[in-house]
Amino acid sequence: MAKVPVEFTLNGLETAEFVESGTTLLNALRDKIGDTSPKGGCHQGTCGACSVIIDGELRLSCLTLAETCGGADIKTTAGLAEGGVLHPLQRAFLDAFATQCGFCTPGMIMAAKVLLDRTPNPSREDVVEALSGNICRCTGYEPIIQAVLTAARANSQNAA
Amino acid sequence: MAIRRGRGVAAINYPTGMNLGGDPTQALVHSTPTGNFMVTLSSVDLGQGMKQIMAQICAETIGVPTDRVIIDTADTDTGPHCMGTFASRGTHRAGNAVIQAAKEARQVMLEVAAEELEVNASDLETDGQGNIQVKGAPQKSISIFDVALSAHFKRGRSISGRGMFLIPRSYPEKETGAMKPSTCYAHACTVAEVEVDDETGEVTVLTVKNVFEIGRALNPKMVEQQLVGGSWMGISHALYETTEPYYPNRDHGGTDFNQYLMPGPGDLAQTEIIVLERPSADGPFGAKGPGEMCANPQIPAVANAVFDAVGVRIDTLPITPERILRALKAQAAG
Amino acid sequence: MELRKDYFADVRKDGLHEIGQPRPRLDSPGHVTGKTAYFADRNFPGMLHLKMVRSPHHHARIRSIDTSEAEKHPGVVRVLTARDVPHNVYTILILIQIGPEDETVLADGKVRWKGEAVVAVLAETERAAQEAAAKVKVDYEVLPAVFDMEEAVKPGAPLVNEYHGQNYYLYDSGECRKVRFGDVEAGFAQADHILEQSYQSSPIEHAPTETTGCVVAPEGNDRFTCYTNTQAMFFTLDNTSIILQMPGSKLHFVGGTVGGGFGGKVDVIVEPIAILGAKLTGRPVSFVYSREEEMQISSPRAAEKVVIKDGVMRDGRIVARKVTGYTDAGAYSRHSPYGAQKGAAHYPGPYTIPNVWIDTYCVYTNRTPSSAMRGFGVTIGDFALEVQMDKLARLIGMDPLEFRFVNAYRDGDMKAHRQPTEGAALIECMQEASRAANWPVAEKYMAMSSYRKGA
Ligand code: FES
Ligand code: FES
Repeated sequence: MAKVPVEFTLNGLETAEFVESGTTLLNALRDKIGDTSPKGGCHQGTCGACSVIIDGELRLSCLTLAETCGGADIKTTAGLAEGGVLHPLQRAFLDAFATQCGFCTPGMIMAAKVLLDRTPNPSREDVVEALSGNICRCTGYEPIIQAVLTAARANSQNAA
Repeated sequence: MAIRRGRGVAAINYPTGMNLGGDPTQALVHSTPTGNFMVTLSSVDLGQGMKQIMAQICAETIGVPTDRVIIDTADTDTGPHCMGTFASRGTHRAGNAVIQAAKEARQVMLEVAAEELEVNASDLETDGQGNIQVKGAPQKSISIFDVALSAHFKRGRSISGRGMFLIPRSYPEKETGAMKPSTCYAHACTVAEVEVDDETGEVTVLTVKNVFEIGRALNPKMVEQQLVGGSWMGISHALYETTEPYYPNRDHGGTDFNQYLMPGPGDLAQTEIIVLERPSADGPFGAKGPGEMCANPQIPAVANAVFDAVGVRIDTLPITPERILRALKAQAAG
Repeated sequence: MELRKDYFADVRKDGLHEIGQPRPRLDSPGHVTGKTAYFADRNFPGMLHLKMVRSPHHHARIRSIDTSEAEKHPGVVRVLTARDVPHNVYTILILIQIGPEDETVLADGKVRWKGEAVVAVLAETERAAQEAAAKVKVDYEVLPAVFDMEEAVKPGAPLVNEYHGQNYYLYDSGECRKVRFGDVEAGFAQADHILEQSYQSSPIEHAPTETTGCVVAPEGNDRFTCYTNTQAMFFTLDNTSIILQMPGSKLHFVGGTVGGGFGGKVDVIVEPIAILGAKLTGRPVSFVYSREEEMQISSPRAAEKVVIKDGVMRDGRIVARKVTGYTDAGAYSRHSPYGAQKGAAHYPGPYTIPNVWIDTYCVYTNRTPSSAMRGFGVTIGDFALEVQMDKLARLIGMDPLEFRFVNAYRDGDMKAHRQPTEGAALIECMQEASRAANWPVAEKYMAMSSYRKGA
């Protein structure tokens, strides 16, 4: 099958790959590029485990064609920690015991990051809204909500 | 037409293990040359945190901090047999096996330390910080790091141990059903408070107060994870979930997360968890298996609360708005 | 969460170093950085993808299977049918001598539920496998199906599974697992009130965020490494060894890090066929359930019907309890015969009742085989029992919580399956719930204890 070249920035690194036309960004990231942090929980846009950030927007990588990502700035959970230091969201998820099996976690963190980038001091309702496209079967959500609220507080204290 | 409130209670117990099939799990423990401890298993972590709990159990038994323990699990080339992670058996069965293996390893460790310190092994104790000291004379001590080095390079000892947990299989007696299906039992009592909209049939769970008795909270934060998530799942079972909404009719089964319903982050009940610990005689440090039972009592508690609110019994799960409305209609028709 | 250390302090030694400490989870850093390796994070060059052709009918005879078009589809490497599976008829619990073998890896002559695996297609890409699967032609003769458990056990109902010969599992005790304790009829005769009620549940999916699957890689030495999210490593390995008639020494299973299980990953479904594919092609194989397969093909929690008849005294004592439980196994046994008998031991619940009669049936119908799920054999029983308790309390005009205290089991009480109660704590849970929920009960109940002196 015909392959198409695609170039984008992934977690700050320039990345180029040949993909078959029709390949999802999720499969390209996981199977071709080797970033397995986005998870495939449904491949049909209903679980949020594959969430990534494309040009600042939260996107489901299972519903995004890789070939449409030329020139894009893509961020995944694998690239969140800087210099080995966890991002405040990652720290908060650890401290709040907000991961069990962890399969939903990278997607949850992506969704939360887009929220906090835009709304540094979110209300509980804001957090609920931001996470409502992400399924978690283990935690009952409350620890995740608390983790995001804690990360927001930590952020605003750092900024102050 | 009104929003009606009600509350309901349920109390349950839950068996640990599957003795009706034979219930073995084995573990191996050995030290590295610098005094870290490897626990080798073939048990599976489904997300409940089995690896972490086994590390804490090994650490407590050997007398080292948990971060000195490494868990290597679920490679059938290296890990000894485990029946599997189900029937609330993981923590209980694997935990017991790890304790036995760790005790054997600890004994060798103390013997090597005794030779180094020129005392009797029975006079030694661990300080929990990575050192072995003479009971009553803590200034006479040696680090586990040095003990492991000595065992490996000087004394030719293997600081290691084997652990095994097996309950003999129980065969139910044909006529009376006499059997021993499990070991210890966990307990719970839940009170749920709901609001029912008698116009739409919609149920909102306002609060759930769960009291769980789990033998021993081996890691309280992880117990909390499990119980909070379980309580959510119980409510979800009560009100939302099924693959066959018109069972036994096979049609209309949901095939994705849009059709298969579960409460989302905006649908959460205010959840309270209280934990009691009555250590079991046979569990690791008295622990019982809490993983399954924590999702059970909410279901009848919610069902009973719905009745308390609107006076109709929904004896078929899940308790959907449709079922409530039909029952209300039947009730009104007399 | 609140830890109430005051309860049972007399029988508990606290002050341990590591146990009881809220240590951070050693696996969480991997979760939050996306580094934790799940089975599907393993990718091998040249890996094939396996897709199943599934039955569109609930019950049908297979007249013929034509795979020729599928085999010609670009990218297809191999197509597997029942003939390719060395020991095609199996049952997982055969390892603990619970037979008979009653399920096909790939359908042979017949399908017994809608969604049953018939043909496996291995191709270079998922898409090619999917497209080729659509080209497999299966000629079916549709047979009458049965979905209702009560219909299924009636004479003349369509036979779901010939390996059983009837639509229920035959225990050594007969058509059901029985528990008999005391004299239940005498109990009913003595009771002030009798209440018989029936409860029903529908199948429930585990719905883990990670679907069931495995990735198999040939090791190059006649051994196969299977990366899997099974909940039971050796259970799966040993069953695979039977199905493939392959010595266990040729099989290497790696797992232990699973994206949620809840009991849904204890069936041995994906591994044997994927390993067979790897063996016959010499290539790595990935077989991962789609979300749709996870929802409708993987075993759900069984639907159950529970009929409870109780005899109760005006003072609140339950003097007789008769329970008949039906577990809908679907078309094959999997773990259901076990679940039904686990249920027999669980009834009559955490209460001390002098006269008990339990029958639990495992019934076959033409639906997705059910299997274990969190609370296996117990969850639906608890729903039925505890709603029944509420009804009984109201029937005799007692507070529902107080009613449970009257009947709660305590240390030393003999259970119906003839095990003495040990380590009871139901009473204390209810006392604490009474306080926490501000649901007051009479002082005498708050003064009760699960302990019995001398017990
Ligand atoms: S995998 Fe993309 S939403 Fe589920
Ligand atoms: S932690 Fe398992 S799905 Fe969220």
